[in-house]
Amino acid sequence: MLAAATHAHQAAQSASPAKFEFFSAEQAAEVDAVSARILPTTDTPGAREAGVVFFIDRALVTFAKDNQKVYSEGLPALHARVRELFPTIDKFSAATPEQQDQILESLDEESSGGGRRPFRPGRGEQSFFETLRVHIVMGFLIDPESDKRGNRGGAGWMVIGREKEHMFQPPFGYYDKDYPGWQPNPGTADKTKS
Amino acid sequence: MTPDQPKYKTTDEVDFVVIGSGAAGGIIAKELSENGYRVVVLEQGPYLTEKDFIHDEIKVLNQDLLTNHPDLQPNTFRKTPDEKARRQRAVAYGRLVGGTSTHFTANFWRFHEIDFHERSKVGDVPGAALADWPITYTDLEPYYTKVEWEIGVSGLANASPFDPPRSKPYPMPPLPVKSGGVIFERAARKLGWNPFPAPMAILSQPRPGRSACINCGFCLGFACEVGAKSSSLATAIRMAEKTGRCEIRPNSYVHRIELDANGRATGAVYFDEKRNAQRQKAKAVVVCANGAETPRLLLLSANNQFPDGLANSSGMVGKHLMFNSGALSVGVFEHPLNDYKGFAVSRILHDFYELDPDKVGFHGGGGLDARFDQTPINFALGGLPPGTPRWGKGFKDALSHNFTRTVEIFCHGTSLPVENNSFSLDPDVKDAWGLPALRMTYKDHPDDVKLGNWLNLRAAELLQAAGAEKQWSYPAGEQEFSVHLLGTCRMGKDRKTSVINSDHQTHDVKNLFLCDGSSLVTSGRGQPTMTIEALAFRAGDRIRALAKRGDLSA
Repeated sequence: MLAAATHAHQAAQSASPAKFEFFSAEQAAEVDAVSARILPTTDTPGAREAGVVFFIDRALVTFAKDNQKVYSEGLPALHARVRELFPTIDKFSAATPEQQDQILESLDEESSGGGRRPFRPGRGEQSFFETLRVHIVMGFLIDPESDKRGNRGGAGWMVIGREKEHMFQPPFGYYDKDYPGWQPNPGTADKTKS
Repeated sequence: MTPDQPKYKTTDEVDFVVIGSGAAGGIIAKELSENGYRVVVLEQGPYLTEKDFIHDEIKVLNQDLLTNHPDLQPNTFRKTPDEKARRQRAVAYGRLVGGTSTHFTANFWRFHEIDFHERSKVGDVPGAALADWPITYTDLEPYYTKVEWEIGVSGLANASPFDPPRSKPYPMPPLPVKSGGVIFERAARKLGWNPFPAPMAILSQPRPGRSACINCGFCLGFACEVGAKSSSLATAIRMAEKTGRCEIRPNSYVHRIELDANGRATGAVYFDEKRNAQRQKAKAVVVCANGAETPRLLLLSANNQFPDGLANSSGMVGKHLMFNSGALSVGVFEHPLNDYKGFAVSRILHDFYELDPDKVGFHGGGGLDARFDQTPINFALGGLPPGTPRWGKGFKDALSHNFTRTVEIFCHGTSLPVENNSFSLDPDVKDAWGLPALRMTYKDHPDDVKLGNWLNLRAAELLQAAGAEKQWSYPAGEQEFSVHLLGTCRMGKDRKTSVINSDHQTHDVKNLFLCDGSSLVTSGRGQPTMTIEALAFRAGDRIRALAKRGDLSA
């Protein structure tokens, strides 16, 4: 896993396009630093290795154009919050991981996770933090074969255990691999035809 | 699109114009064109094909690649008629050739006998307008069989002791069992229940021009890239095109049905892709636009003769909206299930299809299924247990652990017909074409919520019996959004309390027919599409019989 993470990280770096379409280099570094706290690099790849910042940058000039203002106002607010909590630090990416988590906690207005599943996530008015969080998750887990520059190398899918193929054969998992075959319910055996 | 399609002129009076190309519209177009009639199908959405069916969750789900777009066609919602409706998405349906059948779960239960004569059996239910159907299960049985064989349904006949009688087995065996299905089956048997392989409108064996399911894992909400899902697009539409008599005209948004001085429908007025108004002439009109858009179109077509909406002398157009009640319990297991592979559902049970109201204290019944229908982004944003961290290492660890180990037990149940629950035209909000927006008024009958929660207790029991390492439940609440859109132009003998007769002919206009979810008199226990398609096959027969007798003129 660690080898894979290192590999993904190197691949990400070598494939990094030099230019951003929406962010300045400074803004991109801040967003990248936030993404690395939302989905940190552990013994498996995190948002950084999956190239999430590139996904968000493209998103903001394509399908998430409407969110440009959320970012252009949110990033200065993030900066202000950094200075407010840690007057000696100039930017989020310069803070330690522990400080970064404190800053994000102060921005996260939602109390707890695990809400009812949304059929269509990400609609409606949201805070900068929540918009960013949703975009980071999207950039981590989007189909890597899509045109969105996210989930680079399938890193996000590897983390959650989704194989990258789009075609599978049974057995699928632990509990169906030894399935003995269909046994009729009581009283239906004589009636069952294929 | 096949090369066999004719191109009719709008001034050419074709035999039938069919409005909508989904579960019902596709089959009716096929049945009529295969029997020699000239048919134009007007579909508001685009004509997409397998090559367009991608797995990009953002494009497909968030950006409504396949569905009605809330910015172009806004909805409004209110709970009761005395409230002012607020702008809010209330419905999602497939807006493309093939309609909602392109992206549904493909659960294909037949209704049971009880669903057709429940009113007679259980009597009046306070607060509901429960009615018997003018047809029985026996009348519809041959058409259920037709759907299974002609459209393609996989399953195991009589595997459930609660199955209604059938004249033929399924044409192909059930889809493979998933790990979630095995867990469900074992736990249900431990509890003395009768789990069985889910009947699914997904191919377990290939058919000409269509692959068997390849278990890609992007099923609910997505259209099938190999034609394994038995949508109208992959089946009936292509059969209709092969006749050389059926034109599928996409990007055609019908907003008015016109009548002549004799009260006979003369065709349909629609906006073409460039938003120019066009008028297709036809000898008869069949509306299959779904349980929301069919009543909306009738209301939009109000005229001097029908000031409250076309074919609405009863005042019942848009009323008695039903969804299907629902609730959900979720379990996480020790070992990976990998239920993200494959279609959504492999095992279901119907032990609770007919509950005794005297025992449980409410009306209705339902079924349970074991499913995993969440794609990766959806899962990360809404599939983790309550209280899970929303970011950081704890969030990431939970994703890594749970995505492959989660299964959901979904409860499907009755919605009672309530007259106030309805679709109507919003007095203020307009869509992008300047037409009044769809307004939903809906408040679940209290029994529907009680039923959902009762079934959810069974789902929780099942997960416990299965030995889930973690489990939780989302209670049934009052619903404000649906994809099951039922009962809004219901069928009946009495023209004062229903909109169409048992031939799907409107009581008011002889050459105007309606067939889709709006025709249903009761909601069944979930999974209405199988019944909608059986009705469409039957309606095709009935309409042909009437046309042959010359009964379509005023």
